[in-house]
Amino acid sequence: MGQVDSVQDTQQNLPESNSPLKTQVKPGLFSKNKKKAPKPPVHGGFWKRLSKQKALLCMSIPFVAWLIIFKYIPVAGWMMAFQDYKPQFGLFDQEWVGLKHFKDLFNEPMFYRALENTLGMGILGLVFGTLSAIAFALFLNELRFVALKKWTQTISYLPHFVSWVIVANIVITMLSTDGFINNFLEGVGLIDNPINFMAEPGLFWGIVTATDVWKETGWNAIIYLAAMAGVDPQLYEAAKVDGASRLRQMWHITLPSIRSVIIVLLILNIGNLINIGFEKQMLLGNNIVYEKSIVIDLYALDYGIGMFRYSFGTAIGIFKSVVSVILILICNGIAKRIGEGRVF
Amino acid sequence: MKKKKWTPFDIILTFFMLIVVVVTLYPFLNILAISFNDAVDTARGGIHIWPREFTLANYQEIFGSNDRLLQAFTMSVLRTVVGTVAGIIASTMLAYVLSRRDFVFNGLVGFLLVLTMFISGGLIPEYLLIRKLGLINEFGVYIWPMLLSAFNVIIIRSFMDNLPPALEESAKMDGANDFVIFLRIIIPLCLPVIATIALFLAVMQWNSWFDTYLYARGNEALTTLQFELMKIIDNANISSGDINNQNAQVIAGQTSPQSIKMAITIIATVPILAVYPFLQKYFVTGLTIGAVKS
Repeated sequence: MGQVDSVQDTQQNLPESNSPLKTQVKPGLFSKNKKKAPKPPVHGGFWKRLSKQKALLCMSIPFVAWLIIFKYIPVAGWMMAFQDYKPQFGLFDQEWVGLKHFKDLFNEPMFYRALENTLGMGILGLVFGTLSAIAFALFLNELRFVALKKWTQTISYLPHFVSWVIVANIVITMLSTDGFINNFLEGVGLIDNPINFMAEPGLFWGIVTATDVWKETGWNAIIYLAAMAGVDPQLYEAAKVDGASRLRQMWHITLPSIRSVIIVLLILNIGNLINIGFEKQMLLGNNIVYEKSIVIDLYALDYGIGMFRYSFGTAIGIFKSVVSVILILICNGIAKRIGEGRVF
Repeated sequence: MKKKKWTPFDIILTFFMLIVVVVTLYPFLNILAISFNDAVDTARGGIHIWPREFTLANYQEIFGSNDRLLQAFTMSVLRTVVGTVAGIIASTMLAYVLSRRDFVFNGLVGFLLVLTMFISGGLIPEYLLIRKLGLINEFGVYIWPMLLSAFNVIIIRSFMDNLPPALEESAKMDGANDFVIFLRIIIPLCLPVIATIALFLAVMQWNSWFDTYLYARGNEALTTLQFELMKIIDNANISSGDINNQNAQVIAGQTSPQSIKMAITIIATVPILAVYPFLQKYFVTGLTIGAVKS
């Protein structure tokens, strides 16, 4: 059992150690490293130390100023949601209106459509994104042909690095009426007339999800592959002695071994369910599919900035933040309850 | 490792992986082929991964006769270079300050930095801030808002944590001040992590289009390649909203022939492909280092 425990320990650490790859996974600035690097002995009082650290002070002041201006002032801008913001006045000279903008928001049918689309595409992306990454990692892990393994992996994260503009361009080209997909489907006789994929509202969620899978599967698989590399080889040896097939080994050893990684990533991603962004929807969407392509961020952009309803747009932002905090707390609670890896 | 026999399972896996490779690469190769194909001939369709009537005319059009696209390309390069250099200077400096546990304000600065990962003002307050700062339609809008990311700073700082403290101490004995230590000792030792972060920053800068859309639309000189491409997609999307799609395609075709569009796409992709081998090497080592650390 000792070995099994140590395997799980390394895995619990994995999301942190792989953090360069996933912006959602944060290495603990306070918890983890303070244990490792205790404060060096302090010489002299506060002022004496400060006078010796003038260079450090000078090096940090511009960036603290930057943080306050670019990160904290926008947070102070949340006040706008409770005011009738008029740009000609300062933030503190506005008329306070309480929850008016939130009430307006919850009375707009378009808001519910945007919410539905956000969560719909978010959940589809989460489910298929996770499944495809795990499946790809599993298969790649089992691949015997080493050269192909390396090449496949390298090629698989290529789309991650190109912008959504380029990906959208590729997708629109491939799915156009004379594009590859239509040619292919006609060629094998599945359809008689080309389908105008981009003008079918019913297909929009699917197109966005498929594009997401195409773009990110290889990249998302890295973290699972790293976790799989940490599985104790003795477990496989033991399973082989017991006569387990490769498929059974995948199912009974590899998958359970990376379970905590999967759960941690799921929690983080569920917390971000409402923050799916707007790039793909904005670039792939058009007027015909608008009802299916509008998401919360686009809604905030169109109504908030496009129509100069700044207070209203800010209220949308606050709504999003609150929902995402609630989501992550719920997931974390569930994970804690079932005794699995959790984020905090 | 013993040489093992190939089972049907292995064959299916290999086949599956080959399909993955094809599905990933085909769209890129297709676009590359179209970008090298004669524009009129492309309209006939049926180009796959090899151009039918090879020509460089599409690229000549972009780099020779179209001033705006050439300008967009220059601006993309400029913002990538300036943004990356500025970002690296800022993140390494802040990371060094945070790696110094004896710094009197270490806790405060660290807290202010980390908190930004959990809270953000959102689209509208940020937009209004940029406007208040007078950055609309200014080159600075590409640099200032993206100067620092808490995440990058923390990666660099944890790399610095692993450097032997003795180096710093001996330099201090020789009377070097903190800034000199940073410049002469820390920076040269941190080159691997700096390269990694630089590549991430460069990719981010090169791929950005939304800041142009939101903040710099009014200044033609600030247009970037990604934004020009985005405008083409946008036009095509609007015209595909017409009832007669055939007609729409003609309109879209007039504003920008398919081949030119594909050539722009390739030009916007190639720099990524050029840094890709380096990027690959670094993030794989980054992974291993991270794993060893834990």
